Amino acid sequence: MYAQMVKTAGSGVKSPEEMTPEERDFQDRIDRGEKIEPKDWMPDDYRKTLIRQIGQHAHSEIVGQLPEGNWITRAPTLERKAILLAKVQDEAGHGLYLYCAAETLGVTRDDLTEDLLAGRMKYSSIFNYPTLNWADMGAVGWLVDGAAIINQVALQRTSYGPYSRAMVRICKEESFHARQGFHIMMKMAKGTPEQKRMAQDALNRLWFPALMMFGPSDKDSVHTAQSMAWRIKMDTNDELRQKFVDQTVPQIEYLGLELPDPGITLNKDTGHYSYADPDWSEFFDVIKGNGPCNVDRLAARNKAWDDGKWVRDGLMAHAKKKAAAKTAAE
Amino acid sequence: MAQDQALFEYLLRLGDNTLVLGHRVSEWCGHSPVLEEDIALANTALDLIGQTQLWLGLAGEVEGKGRDADTLAMLRDIWDFRNLLLVELPNGDFGQTLMRQFLFDAWQSINLGRLMNSTDPRIAEIAAKASKEAAYHVERSGDTVVGLGDGTDESHARMQKALDYLWPYVGEMFLSDDVDATLVKAGIAPDPASLRDDYDALIGRVMDSATLTIPDSRFTHKGGKTGKTHTEHLGHVLTSMQWLQRAYPGASW
Repeated sequence: MYAQMVKTAGSGVKSPEEMTPEERDFQDRIDRGEKIEPKDWMPDDYRKTLIRQIGQHAHSEIVGQLPEGNWITRAPTLERKAILLAKVQDEAGHGLYLYCAAETLGVTRDDLTEDLLAGRMKYSSIFNYPTLNWADMGAVGWLVDGAAIINQVALQRTSYGPYSRAMVRICKEESFHARQGFHIMMKMAKGTPEQKRMAQDALNRLWFPALMMFGPSDKDSVHTAQSMAWRIKMDTNDELRQKFVDQTVPQIEYLGLELPDPGITLNKDTGHYSYADPDWSEFFDVIKGNGPCNVDRLAARNKAWDDGKWVRDGLMAHAKKKAAAKTAAE
Repeated sequence: MAQDQALFEYLLRLGDNTLVLGHRVSEWCGHSPVLEEDIALANTALDLIGQTQLWLGLAGEVEGKGRDADTLAMLRDIWDFRNLLLVELPNGDFGQTLMRQFLFDAWQSINLGRLMNSTDPRIAEIAAKASKEAAYHVERSGDTVVGLGDGTDESHARMQKALDYLWPYVGEMFLSDDVDATLVKAGIAPDPASLRDDYDALIGRVMDSATLTIPDSRFTHKGGKTGKTHTEHLGHVLTSMQWLQRAYPGASW
């Protein structure tokens, strides 16, 4: 889940009687499972909320390059380096699809980028945690991409056509990433005592931040109802989190690692694992900008953007000269 | 010089060039001026690392001492590296990175074209695969050098500065030694000096479109490909690249 706590625009779900005829038609289309396309009429609040959600999702892909990029130059083998490079390249590509999807709603990529860099838009809290040992490259693929897939598979059915199609494509690549991540974890968990220690350390550090990726508990989530009615949110935060825990606990056991939360137990009646909540005060601190890496991540993105200005300006100036020369020749 | 010894050295040169340059390019990951460049740089680094696996893999086979591509990449010290000094130079700004890339890609694409006719089929096969990637790389880095050279005053000045800084490292590509002489005789590799005319023609065309001035001097720094010396920068590349393998010897990753 790369979009968290997206503020839903508007004043909440309207009853059919409160809706205008246009709004009623729009809601009927969504209820019938039709896709909304860029040129279709849509309520302003739907548009605004989607821009926030897709934009945040795109920003997460972009900032998400940093924690993994942190290990590319230290990858232990040529193959691992190549796989990691390919993965980070995919993420930049996901950012590109998502910005394109957002642009169909009438914003530009540059507007969204400036909102990110000024701190007006957010990215997933998970990327504000550091990657400290090589097993983090496994744990990020396995847990972070694993959590993202659970949300994104659901979003393939979202009501907005361009977003839904971007999700279909992204999910294919994310599944590959999650498998690669798990493969690193297997190597580490079955490796030397030091490697096993790295694997356990990575799991312990990233477990609760991964649970936070799904956003606050349903009882504290104020944005859910309208977004679910619009089918831009498909399941509640707690439903998705439960799915993630149920999927991941047997994998931890398979790896032979200790559970990062000793309270995890299987409830035989429901078939679901019970688990401890993350420390929500930590989550809200990270969201407010006080996570371990918030300042550094944003500084790195700002530096890349500021240092790159002359490059973007230079290439644009050249393109204009070329276009002018072509026009003159015609 | 024995042919196998010469071949081993030559393959290290090819593999170390792509290894060290791939490493340098990968340092950009997540920090480039625009999203498309993040993708392109990662893609370039990925191709270079892929070529490294092939060249160093073959080097290990030719050497016959049981060293594979990873052992050669991760467990040699600086004096055993055989890359051109050019590729170990720091990234600098984006202009310096792309200028270094173009100066290398131009040579690489010409050299690989010749190696496709090598009498050693293993080399011809790798060259055929790598030359497709190199053709794309040189087109992209060349276009970017033109775009930035002929862009704004600032981008022009930065590109000229990059060219002036990097030019004294270009001549090393065309120097010959016993390794080259042995392989030229066997028809395995081209005489490095014989690539210079094509190289100058290509560089001349691109710099002309880029409105950049190639320095007059033909002075060249040398010693990287023979292993006689390296810049101070290479040691820092190896420090990060080899750290895990050095700190946890014998582990499987």
